[in-house]
Parts: sequence; C-alpha cells; structure tokens
Amino acid sequence: MQQGDNTVQHKSKYEIEITKDLTISKLFYKKAHQYGKNRVAMREKEFGIWRPITWYDYLENVKYLALGLVSLGLENGDKVSMIGDNRPQGLWAEMATLCAGGIGVWLFQDSLIEEVKYIIDHSDTKFLFGEGQEEVDKAISIFNECPKLEKIIWDDPKGMRNYDQDYLISLKQLQQLGRELEQQQPHLFREMIDKGHGDDVALLFYTSGTTALPKGALLSHNNMLTMGKHLMAVDPCLATDDYASYLPFAWIGEQMMSISCGLQVGYTINFPEAPETAQDNIREIGPHVMFAPPRMYEQMTRSVQVKYLDATWIKRKLYELSTRIGYHVADLKFQKKSIPWYWAFLDWLAYIAVQKKLKDHLGLSRVRNAYTGGAAMGPDHFRFFHALGVNLKQIYGQTEVAGISVVHRSGDIKFDTVGLPIPETEIKITEEGEILTRSPSVFLGYYKNPEATEETLKDGWLYSGDRGFIDDDGHLVVFDRTKDVFTLRDGRPFSPQYLETRLKFSPYVKDSWVIGDKKDYIAAVICIDYSVAGKWADEKKINYTSYQELSQLDQIYNLVESQIRKANKDLPESARVVKFVNLYKEFDADDDELTRTRKLRRAFVEKRYHNIVDALYSENNMVHIDTTITYENGRQAHIKSDLHIRKVAD
Amino acid sequence: MAVSNAIKEQDVLLEIDDVHMSFGKVLALAGVSLKIRKGEIHSVIGPNGAGKTVMMNIINGLYMPQKGEIYYKGKKINKLKPHKRAKLGMARTFQKVEVFGGMTVLDNIRLGRHIHFKSGIVGGSVYMGRTAREEIEHRTFIEEKIIDLLEIQHIRNKPVGMLPYGLQKRVELGRALALEPELLILDEPLAGLNLEEVEDMARFIIDVNEDEKWKVTCLLVEHDMGVVMDLSDHIFVLNFGNMIIDGTPREVQNHPEVIKAYLGEEDLYATRR
Repeated sequence: MQQGDNTVQHKSKYEIEITKDLTISKLFYKKAHQYGKNRVAMREKEFGIWRPITWYDYLENVKYLALGLVSLGLENGDKVSMIGDNRPQGLWAEMATLCAGGIGVWLFQDSLIEEVKYIIDHSDTKFLFGEGQEEVDKAISIFNECPKLEKIIWDDPKGMRNYDQDYLISLKQLQQLGRELEQQQPHLFREMIDKGHGDDVALLFYTSGTTALPKGALLSHNNMLTMGKHLMAVDPCLATDDYASYLPFAWIGEQMMSISCGLQVGYTINFPEAPETAQDNIREIGPHVMFAPPRMYEQMTRSVQVKYLDATWIKRKLYELSTRIGYHVADLKFQKKSIPWYWAFLDWLAYIAVQKKLKDHLGLSRVRNAYTGGAAMGPDHFRFFHALGVNLKQIYGQTEVAGISVVHRSGDIKFDTVGLPIPETEIKITEEGEILTRSPSVFLGYYKNPEATEETLKDGWLYSGDRGFIDDDGHLVVFDRTKDVFTLRDGRPFSPQYLETRLKFSPYVKDSWVIGDKKDYIAAVICIDYSVAGKWADEKKINYTSYQELSQLDQIYNLVESQIRKANKDLPESARVVKFVNLYKEFDADDDELTRTRKLRRAFVEKRYHNIVDALYSENNMVHIDTTITYENGRQAHIKSDLHIRKVAD
Repeated sequence: MAVSNAIKEQDVLLEIDDVHMSFGKVLALAGVSLKIRKGEIHSVIGPNGAGKTVMMNIINGLYMPQKGEIYYKGKKINKLKPHKRAKLGMARTFQKVEVFGGMTVLDNIRLGRHIHFKSGIVGGSVYMGRTAREEIEHRTFIEEKIIDLLEIQHIRNKPVGMLPYGLQKRVELGRALALEPELLILDEPLAGLNLEEVEDMARFIIDVNEDEKWKVTCLLVEHDMGVVMDLSDHIFVLNFGNMIIDGTPREVQNHPEVIKAYLGEEDLYATRR
C-alpha cells in the first residue's frame, strides 16, 4: 500500500482548513469579500481587449443569478445544467447554482442533441444555462421530451431576436428577478450560503463512458475542496498567478483548476476570446499553471515539428543542436544525476537561442507546473517537453475522485510513471492488478445507478478499472484499462494505448487504433493528420482532393510505414505493428468513435469497422468499404472506397 | 406592375427608372425599372449574361446609364461617382473578392471606415487628442459591430491573401459594413462557398438586415435559388436585359416565363447538395 506523503516541505500560505462545514459557496463568499474590488478574479478577452472582472463583480453577478434562480423556483438539491464555451457567465451560473443550494451539471459544448437529451433527462435538470442561439436551439428541440426542464437561460443575444418562447429567459432578466427578490429579502443570499454543508452534493458529473451510456458521478463540496487543497499542497500556486481556462468545464480537470484550486488560491482565471483564438490568447497571458489532456500537448509537439520542417537551414540546425542539449540535460535530470557546469552552460545557451522563443510561442514561457492527464501520454512527448525545459508532470485521476489522486513531484519525474499519491490519499493494487484509491475526495456514488456504485465503491475504496503497479520508487505505473489489456501471441500482457501514443508521436499520425488481442500479430488503423500529411504532399507536388484520396495514396502509405517502423524500434517482436491500414476519415466524437474527451471507444470501433479488422487478419491487401456517414446537420453521404492494407517491412 | 405601384414614395430607398445600357451592339439592359424599399432584401436573379452585374455597376456608379434615371432617397444620382455614392450610404461586395491581399483583415475593414474619419492629414500625422479618440471610436465600432458579428476574431491580424476563399468573402462583407451603409449591394456573396460557409453567410445577411443595430437594406444578386427564395422579400427576374417579373418569392416561383427561363431547374427550391 502506498501512503501519500503528508509532510510537504513548503506549506502554502494559501492553505486553508477544510472542515465538514465548509462549502464551495462559503469559501467563494469569503474570498470575494476578502479581495473585493482590489483583485481581478477573472479576465475575458472580448472585442479584442482583455477585460478584468474583480472579485466584487464576480460576487455581484453570482448573487443576483442565485437569487434569480430562487425566484424562478429553485429548491435545495435541484439540478441546474450548463452548456457553452468557457466564459465568465458559465462559471457565474455554476457558482450561483451552488450558492442557492442547487447541484451543477455540465455538458460538453459540442454535445449532439441526443447526448444533451440523455443528460438533461437523466439528471432531472430543472434549469438550463445555454450560451447562445446554438445551445438554445438544442434545448428547445428537447424541451418537450424532458418534462422536468422548466426554463432555459441564455446570455449571448446574437441571433436571439426572434425567439419568444415563454420558457426562455435571458441572463440579464434573471439577474433583474434576483435584484427584485433582494429588495424583499435582503439577507436571503447570505442565509442560503450559510445553510450549506460540506457533504451536500455540489456537482453531478457525467463521465465520458468509453463503453456504455455516461454515468453521473455525485461529487460533494468536501470532495472538491479537499481535492484542491491536496494538489495545492504538492505544487502551491500564488494568488498573483494566471490560469487560462479553455478546456471544457464538463471535464473534471477544468473544474479542479477553476473551482477547487482557483477558489482556494484566488488566482486569476483567463477566458479566451473564442475557441479558435485560445492558442494565441494563452500566449498573451502566459499562464503559470496548466492542466490539459495529452492531446493538447501532442498538438503543441506537432506544431513545433511542422514549423521545424518549414524553417530555414540555419534555424533547423540551431533547433537540432538545442534539442540535443535539452534531451541530454533532461535525461540527466530523469536519472537524478547532477548536471555538470558545462552542460548547464550549454543548456543556458540553448535556452537563449531557441527554447525561450519556442516556449513563448507555445504559451509556456511562465509555466511553473504543467500537468497532463485524462489519458496516456507517450514517453516521447513527455521527454520532448522536458527537453524544452517545461516542468511537465503526469497525473492520474478520474472524475470519481474529483480530479486527481497521483502526481509527479518536482525533481522526481519518471516518464513511465504517474508519480506519488497526493496527501491523504492511499493507493492500493489488488491481486488482479487493479488500482484502488481511498481519499476524502472519493465521490458519493452514481446518480440513479446503485449497481454501478456498488461495483465501484467498496469499503470506501474506489475501484478504478485501471490496471497498474507500484514500482521500486513507490511511483504508480498505469498500464491501461483492465478490459483493454491485450494478451500477445507469446502470452505477455500488452497495453495498446502505449503503442498508440508511440505512433502518435509522428506528426503525420493524428489518431491510431491498435488491434491484436489474442491474435497472431499486432495490426493498426491509422488516421493521418490531414493538414500535416497534406502539406507534405503539397511539397512533393502530389495531387489529392480529399482526405479519403490523400489517405490512400501510395506515397502516404510509404510515409506512414516509415513512421510505424520508427515506433516499432526497441519493441519486442511480438508487440510490433505488422500490418496497417489508413482509414478514410478521422475518428470523430460525433460518430461515437471517440468520447467527448477524445478517448477511443474501442468496443464501438471494433464493431463499426469489423470488416477492416477481418481484412487485417486475412491474406487480402484490399478491403472494400461501403458506408453511410451522417453530418452534423443531418445530411448523409455515401462512401464507397477501397482501402489498401500494407505489411510493414522489417 | 401591381406590386410596385403600391409602394409609398417615402419607403423607396433606391429607384432605377427605364435604364438602358448597351456595349456596342450588345444590349445589356433594355429599359429596366426597379424600386427597392427600405429594410427589405431584394434579390436579382437571372441566367448568366442576363445583365445582373451591369445593373449593379450602374447602381454603384461604375457605369453611367445611356438612358434612364437613378434615384437614391429621392435624389437623382445619375452622374455621381462611386465614392460619392459610398458617402451617401451605398456599399458593395464583388462577385470575385476584391480585397487587399497583402493587408491584414483588420486593415481591410478599417479601410472601409475611412469615409467616417473627420481628422485630416495634419491631425493624423500627430496622432493626439481628437485623432486618437476618433481612432479608438472607430476601432470599437469595428470590434463590437463587425468582427463580433462575422466571427473573425481568430484572423484579425492575418493577411487576407493567406486566408481561404470563404473567409475572404467574409472580410469583404466586413469592409462593406464598415461604411455603415443603408444600402448593401451583394454581388453573388455565396458563389464558390461550401455548404457550411453558405449557411454562415446567409445568417450574416439576415443579421445585417434584421438586427436593430444594422437594419441595412440589401440588394442581392445570387444564383443559389434555395437561399434567394428563403431570404428575399422581393425578387426581380432579369433575362437578356429585360425584366420578367418583380414580385414576392411565391409569385416568382409560379411565373411561367421564369420557369421557362430556368428550364432544367424544375425545382427552384433545389439547394446545392
């Protein structure tokens, strides 16, 4: 059993005592009063300018929203759902719900109507906050099928002028209702907050569900607060820090950073102007702390690799030199060896010449701690960031533990592990190799699903369904989801995710899916990166008109094969990719192939592409595809195609 | 026409009356009359070579009609140069985008704003006081009214020439809007766009026409019948320089000559697929 280290060397001055009586809303009220107009709680880039919102503004907005909800009939324990991009109004709505004693439910902004309907209906949502016309349209189309849903609140007026349904109300109108209620009962807001208890449910969080329908995890105020406290005990943040909020609020990691940690430390939360501008806006802010799933880091790596290919000779050489220095120094650090002065000097030169600029472009110039979690990250990506001098750490966690339970400590980073448990957290491995967690942040259970709760929560231990082990240094190593683990032809267990992330280190590979459980060899389905592979083809003067055509070109197959050979290197023979096929499209969450957090839904793709799988294990070098795909607007297209199957030469 | 007779004079924003235009022996417009009411979307349709763009060029001032009159808000503007017409509140986008490829999106839109600048060369060279304030006001207008409407925040500082065609069309619309026009002439705004871009552009046109902040009268030349039928209050059908009909979408759809002119396009509602 692995016990989290309770003795943290640097105790944060922002560390607070969390009693069972404390709630998120009480803490919010206290912080808002403490900081008032003197400190910026959040910033949003709007109309090209960063606009500050002080703690005082934050409190005022939340107060009138909360009172507005009460005057619409919100009662203790009622569910309020939220859907929309990251913006201050979203966080206000969530905080207002909590202050009024309600339970918050977040939906992914790009959820399809069916998904919205399922969650609204299953969670018994009474009020729904939608951002603008798009979200309101989704809500209207399901309104009659969700009898518990009473009102839909919107805040962006664009395109809303012709909507006159009486169940629609704007955020401003709602706040006006709140103001009117305050005149009648001036102390109501404070009283509502005081009524709360730490064990009350704060959030109903739907897990992404790689296999079945999403399950709703119930998280208490105490779960969330202890989570923030323990992460901040490991890596303290400062109230003067900046954090950029651009990942979906429906992802627990974003909740952990914006609510659990943000509220305790009081750092400034920055919202980008639009999803498309997020990368530029992050660069302008230069956040001090960052938490993102591997795909964001993979994207950064890819953009550096592509820019490198584009650069002039001299720049390429400088980059190569500096990364060689960076990798060497990073490896010394990984091995916990001291860095000789001449290497430190070279590292400084590399920093001045290349890394400084590169980090600035990636928005990493001020990052003290960068975390990755939510899915596996390949060691290649991991080393890449350390070679750049970014203190990237793996975390391990899940929605059911309100965020994370295990994290790397600075100076003790091993790229094949996820680190040590955070304080007050115990990790245990069962005989079958399943990872169990026990901590004050472990959730209360699944909403309306006692069977699943029973399977997951036993004697206070959270059964993760992940397979892993604890290494000699006490670090947790996560192998893969238990049900995903392969048995190779030589009987060894094998993690497909590991190989998939290795393949994805190639800039030309956007997604990969590895097959081969109890089969004679490993096969892979590759989704090429349209822009990067397309650019490569452009430079080689190769013509193509569509993703489908590009993916099937002989030259692209050669390119992908060379990338697979690289990934195959150093792997035991039975774990190497032997055959592969380039898919005619990218995996898409709208087609149920990925979860909303972009995890591969293995069981689903196996069923959907069963003929491709069959062909990969036959003598054929072609597979015929005849399928219909549905676009977001309901249009359907028929796809007929022959996909090549390629054997990877040794 | 019964429809046009019913219009009250003060409602008319633009009127062209019996306009003729020929190039050598080619008769492009043979006595065309059209009245555009304030606040409507009036479309002009017709087969290729029907004279639609010639008509736009006459309204816009690029050509002068050989015969006939043009009135804008009741005032005759036959001989007015295009830039003078712009000052009166007329803006236009082109069939093939006419943007400044080497300039950024923001600069292209700013350019459309120049007629509203009051300070001159001297003030501009010092850039203090009134000039600076004026510039901030204009920038605010561009950001809040145009960039926000057209959702082009992410390309604000990109050179227009580097952008895909669909976005260039949006930038061109943005520049026309920067004039704060009362009449917006859109020459095939949807040509060459994919389905998603068509839907976006159609939404922008509706927004500009209906939104309280804008309320711009639109004159639309377009081939996409589905969009034309959905968007327009009135449709003017032109064929070889002659008007076939000027009426509501329903009237136009049922007109036998329109059906004949569009022979082969049996279903006028057929949108692109």
